[in-house]
Amino acid sequence: MEITVRGLWTLIHGMGFGALYLLACSGALVELHRFTTSSPPSVATPGQERFFKVYLLAMVVLAWATVLTGAYVVYPWYRAAPPPGTTALAMFPQRLLMSSSTTIGWHSLGMEWKEHVAWFTPISITMVAFVFIRYGRDLKNHRQLRAAVLSFAVASFVAAGIAGFFGAMINKYAPVQGGHTIQLSQGEEK
Amino acid sequence: MNMPNSAASPNAPVLTNGSGAAAILAAGIGSFALAVLACAGDKLAAVKNSLIFYKPTGPLSGVTASAILIWLVSWVIFEWRWRNKTVGIGRIAVIALGLLGLSLLLTFPPIVDLF
Repeated sequence: MEITVRGLWTLIHGMGFGALYLLACSGALVELHRFTTSSPPSVATPGQERFFKVYLLAMVVLAWATVLTGAYVVYPWYRAAPPPGTTALAMFPQRLLMSSSTTIGWHSLGMEWKEHVAWFTPISITMVAFVFIRYGRDLKNHRQLRAAVLSFAVASFVAAGIAGFFGAMINKYAPVQGGHTIQLSQGEEK
Repeated sequence: MNMPNSAASPNAPVLTNGSGAAAILAAGIGSFALAVLACAGDKLAAVKNSLIFYKPTGPLSGVTASAILIWLVSWVIFEWRWRNKTVGIGRIAVIALGLLGLSLLLTFPPIVDLF
């Protein structure tokens, strides 16, 4: 069992940071709603509030780590231009997708949208975390502020979902590969 | 209209809404800046070339770095102006969410292709 360095970075970007962010989103949305509504069950202890602030900060770190590794580590391998005359395009995912009418949409729609929409996620969640850390439970007394914060949190989830979906599909049709091979385990011959 | 802070009753806000409004509006502006720059870079070769800050990443490096700068600078300015004030958050939230919605549309390739 082995993986290439580029494959490993793609895994860290998508399955590590990105998928973990998406998993964290549902918890954040529920907790944001619970902490900031006025009904009695929303009363939380200072410890719970502190934990949620750390949770949101972890989401901020995950969101930025996802877009930065995506744009500056994986994306350059994805968009690398092949030398003239190259016919084997497996090492050039963008050109591989663009070489067939059945896959070009994964680049022209999928990657073109994903590479920009993904950045709404860290911008939105950084704002959400800042506002919650600043206001805490006082946010329940700012109804319109709370509604806007929740809307941006939902938008960050939607943007991350779009980017994650297209990232997974693009990597299915034209995986980023190459670099050194890392041996994970030695299989036995049958 | 800006009003002073007050905490007269248990349900009255302890903090003014200015700081939150600043963060929300700046997030909307930053998102919109990113979408406009991405759209401009896609349509104009001169803009595209000027946005290549890091060659391996191409114009995406300039689009995102410039948008982040616009976002942070606008955030600092609004925070400085509104930090201790109560502002019209309803209008600001509508503008910020409108900018975010437009940004989502402007980054969608079939809509970009209309320009």
